[in-house]
Amino acid sequence: MKLKLKIWRQKNAAAEGKMVDYDISDVSSDMSFLEMLDVLNETLIKKGEEPVEFDHDCREGICGSCSLYINGEPHGPQKLTTACQLHMRSFKDGETIYIEPWRAKAFPVIKDLVVDRTAFDRIIQAGGYISVNTSGNTIDANATPVPKDDADSAFDAATCIGCGACVAACRNASAMLFVSAKVSQLALLPQGEVEANVRALNMVEQMDKEGFGNCTVTGACEAECPKGISLGNITRLNREYMKAKLNPVD
Amino acid sequence: MSNSALIQSSLAKKYWMAATGLFLCLFLVGHLAGNLQLLISGEEGLLQFNEYAKFMTSNPVVMILSYLTYISILFHAIDGFVLTVQNRKARPKNYAYSKPSENSLWTSRNMALLGTIILVFIILHMRQFWYVMHWGPIGVDSAGNKDLYTVTITAFTDGTFGLLYTIGYVVAMVAIALHLSHGFQSAFQSLGLRTDKLKKAIIIVGYIFAMLIPLLFAIIPVYIHLTH
Repeated sequence: MKLKLKIWRQKNAAAEGKMVDYDISDVSSDMSFLEMLDVLNETLIKKGEEPVEFDHDCREGICGSCSLYINGEPHGPQKLTTACQLHMRSFKDGETIYIEPWRAKAFPVIKDLVVDRTAFDRIIQAGGYISVNTSGNTIDANATPVPKDDADSAFDAATCIGCGACVAACRNASAMLFVSAKVSQLALLPQGEVEANVRALNMVEQMDKEGFGNCTVTGACEAECPKGISLGNITRLNREYMKAKLNPVD
Repeated sequence: MSNSALIQSSLAKKYWMAATGLFLCLFLVGHLAGNLQLLISGEEGLLQFNEYAKFMTSNPVVMILSYLTYISILFHAIDGFVLTVQNRKARPKNYAYSKPSENSLWTSRNMALLGTIILVFIILHMRQFWYVMHWGPIGVDSAGNKDLYTVTITAFTDGTFGLLYTIGYVVAMVAIALHLSHGFQSAFQSLGLRTDKLKKAIIIVGYIFAMLIPLLFAIIPVYIHLTH
């Protein structure tokens, strides 16, 4: 396969970036998208040019590192797929492919296609946990009975890998799908219910502080999420937050 | 602990957007019921509509509801403006190439544009009828009531302007239909009521509401324009 790539190049966080054109040949249709970028980088290195920086880790679709906006969509054209699990057979020979970083005020570009997603970490630190004593006498989680439906819904929410595709896809760069998944996975379980109010209030407060936009229910996040996290989680977050506002904890 | 302000958080802003929006949906139903009386022709229709117009501007309960409506319109517009500004700021640098139509509907992405069209319409519409009803100039019918019926009929039939106003009215109703097609179901989502079980029903009811109400509104000026 021969391809024409248009890639965002930016030296560092402060630098002005721009789209740069690259022609690449010898791409196998069996390659993953990241392997195609590896091939590009090898040729760039051989030519003495700086390789394109991009995030990647597990390359098996579970770490959420590969944050690439490919041809106008997060993680590219294939639904329920991370960029690392996207294969070049999804593209046509001779096609032009745009590759850009996530665009959001809360996700500043560090270099080329790499963005700083620590805003998500700070949201988790604000309340995305349960306070359990881990000094050796922890109770086995399975010892607490959980209704099957709740367990299933909590597990569905917990499949969020925090990749940020929801923010990238949303026209408002809203992080509601991420935050709602993290609130839901705990609020649905008896272990998480105790701190549900404080959690909802604090995580939403941190989300707003980070400069993410507001949810306007376009549904773009759900459509682009590689893990299929449902909008129903945002419904739950709206409910959890209202419940918390109506029952002040302090 | 988080702030206690009612409108400071992103979610609270959406709650108010939803609450005022749903209240305005109820207002539309009431307003439509009144307008449909314009379809009664002749002296009987004139007297009945003017009697109704008098009731709507003098009954204390209706007065309270109308002030709530003014406040809702203002709040919905201002809150929507604030949200839109924040949302623009959340993505200072746009994508070189983006395909939003792959993942969302045009209406859901253009609520601010549709809302602005509707707001402009409301201002013109209030200047045309509400202002004239309150501060004139306006004639009096045989029962001694202000003759809003004749003002309305004239607005939609008076030469080129009547045609333009009829077309403009229909365009505004299309904007309202599109705005409601997303707004109705979205309000339930923002209030946390669009659960997985109810989602389908809310969306269907929303679409029916969004099509039916503006359609019935639009029929009235078209009928008046064609028959008078």
